[in-house]
Amino acid sequence: MALDFSNTTVKAWRRENGRVGVRNHVLILPVDDISNAACEAVANNVKGTLAIPHAYGRLQFGEDLDLHFRTIIGTGANPNVAAVVVIGIEPEWTKVIVDGIAKTGKPVTGFSIEQKGDFETIRQASWKAKEYVHWATELQKEDCPISDLWVSTKCGESDTTTGLSSCPTVGNMYDKLLPHGLYGCFGETSEITGAEHICEKRAATPEAAAKFKQIWQAYSDDVIFAHQTDDLSDSQPTKGNILGGLTTIEEKALGNLEKIGKTSSYIDAMGPAETPSKGPGLYFMDSSSAAAECVTLMAAGGYVIHTFPTGQGNVVGNPIVPVIKISGNPRTLRTMSEHIDVDVTGVLTREQTIDEAGDALIDMIIRTANGRSTAAEALGHREFSMTKLYRSA
Amino acid sequence: MSIPQLLVHDHEDNVGVVVVENLSAGTDMLCVVTADNSDFRLTAKADIPIGHKVALKPLKTGDTVVKYGEDIGKMVGDAEVGGHVHTHNCKTKRW
Repeated sequence: MALDFSNTTVKAWRRENGRVGVRNHVLILPVDDISNAACEAVANNVKGTLAIPHAYGRLQFGEDLDLHFRTIIGTGANPNVAAVVVIGIEPEWTKVIVDGIAKTGKPVTGFSIEQKGDFETIRQASWKAKEYVHWATELQKEDCPISDLWVSTKCGESDTTTGLSSCPTVGNMYDKLLPHGLYGCFGETSEITGAEHICEKRAATPEAAAKFKQIWQAYSDDVIFAHQTDDLSDSQPTKGNILGGLTTIEEKALGNLEKIGKTSSYIDAMGPAETPSKGPGLYFMDSSSAAAECVTLMAAGGYVIHTFPTGQGNVVGNPIVPVIKISGNPRTLRTMSEHIDVDVTGVLTREQTIDEAGDALIDMIIRTANGRSTAAEALGHREFSMTKLYRSA
Repeated sequence: MSIPQLLVHDHEDNVGVVVVENLSAGTDMLCVVTADNSDFRLTAKADIPIGHKVALKPLKTGDTVVKYGEDIGKMVGDAEVGGHVHTHNCKTKRW
């Protein structure tokens, strides 16, 4: 009998803006690459904080700078984050980040290094970080409906088993939870290639379909045809995909699209790291197909749990969002089970239906929201990878 | 039902996927169509790794390969029934 999730609740933190978070991080957030060292020093001084160093943030301009700001602000604004210390080299861009995060109502303070140096910045920022840790660790969890969660998805190291088992498991979860008011998100613009005509048909409205098509066409024209050497067959499918039995990008894309289920349709197509603006439902996000970049963009969009089907065994995690790995490949479960949270090998042996696998994933989402560390969290996978659109000025 | 060696997404498909490790040539495979759980048997003509595809019909150069009920590419070589279908004999039509 199908389980009823309409009254299911999780114990989580309700933030100042009403959003629900399943982790309670105090972030030490660098605006730019050269502020990484100060952030890491603060995180070393004050236990219970987390620095997330990254490679960019200087001399970017235009759309690329917008995306940088949106990603950094979105990361700080994510409901899995209780409070934020922001450090940048100079005060103006630091203030842009602080003001953006402050719109959520959460505590955030910025520090800039110029005219002070690392020592003095680290001293001041450490005091603020310590104050935030004391404050955040006293915040209490409360019962929140499962529909208050924002759950994203992206698959990686795919093979033919992902299209048969782990991707339809995610799709089944969406088919069951989206009707209750969940926010969902899928993306991977480059890996929809081969099934773009089918993806276009899965839009809830002609407007959403047109936005998706525009995003996909822009990717195809600006990235693929602008930089193409001969064809993409050296990178799409990847060498790992090919080892796993995937032959063409069409085959890969069709398996990928299984993640949006049988009945779900997307209500909007949005830019990278953008926050959904049309209410509960499924969203397409223009995003990289590289695992860490994609999860980083979706986390910056506000998603608090990520579901990640894998075939050959991707190991990715994220600093602020728990990444739940699902695999149905028996060889991967035999050789690298430390990375897998939900084992759906039973789908291939016909001992488990997709419906049962979907329920197992929902159960793991609930346990993860209630505090269970994912495999990626336990193993320290904290990949934070910014997407950069073009060369800096 | 015993454990299948090959899964097929859809009745229209002309390839299926090996879902067990160490499949050897000559194995009489139990094949299940996931769309409706119907089954049939087929003999593997090669040692085919887990995750790789098997031809369900004789496939000739130029034939369209169908999986998920959709066109996933064309044959650029031949495959006999029970033979291996992969990058050596199948390619996207896109490039």
